[in-house]
Amino acid sequence: MKPSSHWKNIVNFAMFGLTGLCALVSVGTLVFILGYLVFNGGKSLSMSFFTNLPAPVGEVGGGMANALLGSGKVLLLATLIGIPIGFLGGVYLSEYSGKTIAFVIRYVTDLLNGVPSIVIGIVVYTLVVHPMGHFSTFAGGVALGIMMIPISVRSTEEYLLAVPPSLREAAFALGAPKWKAIITVVIPAAMRGIISGTMLDLARVAGETAPLLFTALGNQFWSPGWNQPSATLPVMIFTYAIAPYEDWHRQAWAAGFVLLMLVLLINVTARMALSKGSYVPRG
Amino acid sequence: MSQEARLPVSKIESPPTVSEKKPLSENPKKLCAEKLNFFYGKFQALHDISIDMRENHITALIGPSGCGKSTFLRTLNRMHETVRGTRLEGQILLDGESIFQQNVNALRLKVGMVFQRSNPFPKSIFENVAYGLRVNGYDGGKQRLQEEVERSLRKAAIWDEVKDKLHESAFGLSGGQQQRICIARALAVRPEVLLLDEPCSALDPIATAKIEELLFGLKPECTIVIVTHNMQQAARVSDFTGFFLLGKLIEFDSTNLIFQNPSKSETEDYVTGRFG
Repeated sequence: MKPSSHWKNIVNFAMFGLTGLCALVSVGTLVFILGYLVFNGGKSLSMSFFTNLPAPVGEVGGGMANALLGSGKVLLLATLIGIPIGFLGGVYLSEYSGKTIAFVIRYVTDLLNGVPSIVIGIVVYTLVVHPMGHFSTFAGGVALGIMMIPISVRSTEEYLLAVPPSLREAAFALGAPKWKAIITVVIPAAMRGIISGTMLDLARVAGETAPLLFTALGNQFWSPGWNQPSATLPVMIFTYAIAPYEDWHRQAWAAGFVLLMLVLLINVTARMALSKGSYVPRG
Repeated sequence: MSQEARLPVSKIESPPTVSEKKPLSENPKKLCAEKLNFFYGKFQALHDISIDMRENHITALIGPSGCGKSTFLRTLNRMHETVRGTRLEGQILLDGESIFQQNVNALRLKVGMVFQRSNPFPKSIFENVAYGLRVNGYDGGKQRLQEEVERSLRKAAIWDEVKDKLHESAFGLSGGQQQRICIARALAVRPEVLLLDEPCSALDPIATAKIEELLFGLKPECTIVIVTHNMQQAARVSDFTGFFLLGKLIEFDSTNLIFQNPSKSETEDYVTGRFG
């Protein structure tokens, strides 16, 4: 028994070391990226980044105010398009659909979620940009909106399913028709979860670059309205990072830092809202 | 079913209906189930159940787990229709009219229900009680609404405990208090019949006693049907008791007779604790 027990100890220690090391590497990668970005981005960040338009090469004091606003507009439009569709689809899945239809819808939304974002960009290019004849903020919003739908459907569905059936029964027993029970009891009970799910969804698409390359394109100037090409943070990072100018690289670092902070902020807010507890019954 | 059809109950094969030889109650029949069969898919959960529930009385339904008593209760306000794959045969009459001919939401206003586990909405105490009125388009003004909420909370014997925190979440209350909020919520729409599905099974004896007491207070305005696991509870609160076993109604009679001199051996075995 002795040698075998000794051997077991070695295997045990090796497994412990290997798994621990891999866990450390995965966390370390994130910490390294964060640190590198904060160091380089923070150093390049200044007030003018938030207030000025991009400056010509060689000129100091340029910013990305147009890209910040552009990203804001594209994300707003994406939310207005993606969330109502995803939310109502999720309500249908959780409250109305039969088992077979639910299975099909879930499967298809999961597939849509797996479609590479650049493909969605091309689709929107064909369906929106090409007929309109030019790139636009609107097309960018449509592309990101489509990307938001599958996650919105599934997170809405999940949070609604977490609402105990006994609450629905209580509403029915008081003479509430199904649609009223859903609006007055089920959705409010799941609201906190649905909102944080939406925010996480938003944080996810905020960094998407590929779909915007074909749709919002980019712009060195302000983009009034919804009908013209628009600068966005991710595309700006892409353009500036591959340019051969040192000061553009610094701007790209700053933009990356700002984008990261934005996504982190949305993430943390969403998780804090969620941790305050959605539906927690007592007794 | 006519009055003449109710012959005196013989010990062996008579249908379990109210015996006319010893009239159990002069009160009119509020709710009648007639030859009720109920199926979950292919499984038959209820076999040929006929019971008359008399106005302003408390009818208790007892029996071991899985005997169909809760299933039966849930057919009385058509809650069974929320479950897919169920089928019902037979008739249920409320004041002589088929409940299946009525609008289901209107029916549930008349036949209220309290569930086994307290299930307050994640809203304030006030909003919980006002829900039934609001959702049915109540527009009697704020003053009236407040009066209705207070009346319901008083009826449910919980007003004194919650009057200072009406706008706090109902989740902050104890299990027994939550269950009384649920009773108040059901009473707010002034139901004619109140169905209770093991309302005290998750409560301690003190909370249970409070609920039993308030049920007595409701008799003048409500017909009450209560499913209970607890035989002492049935004996304490009810006027009539029906004993269910394996989806059949074995015996239905006045509570005194069921507990002191049951006519069926199965009933006697159950109430004396020999099984179940």
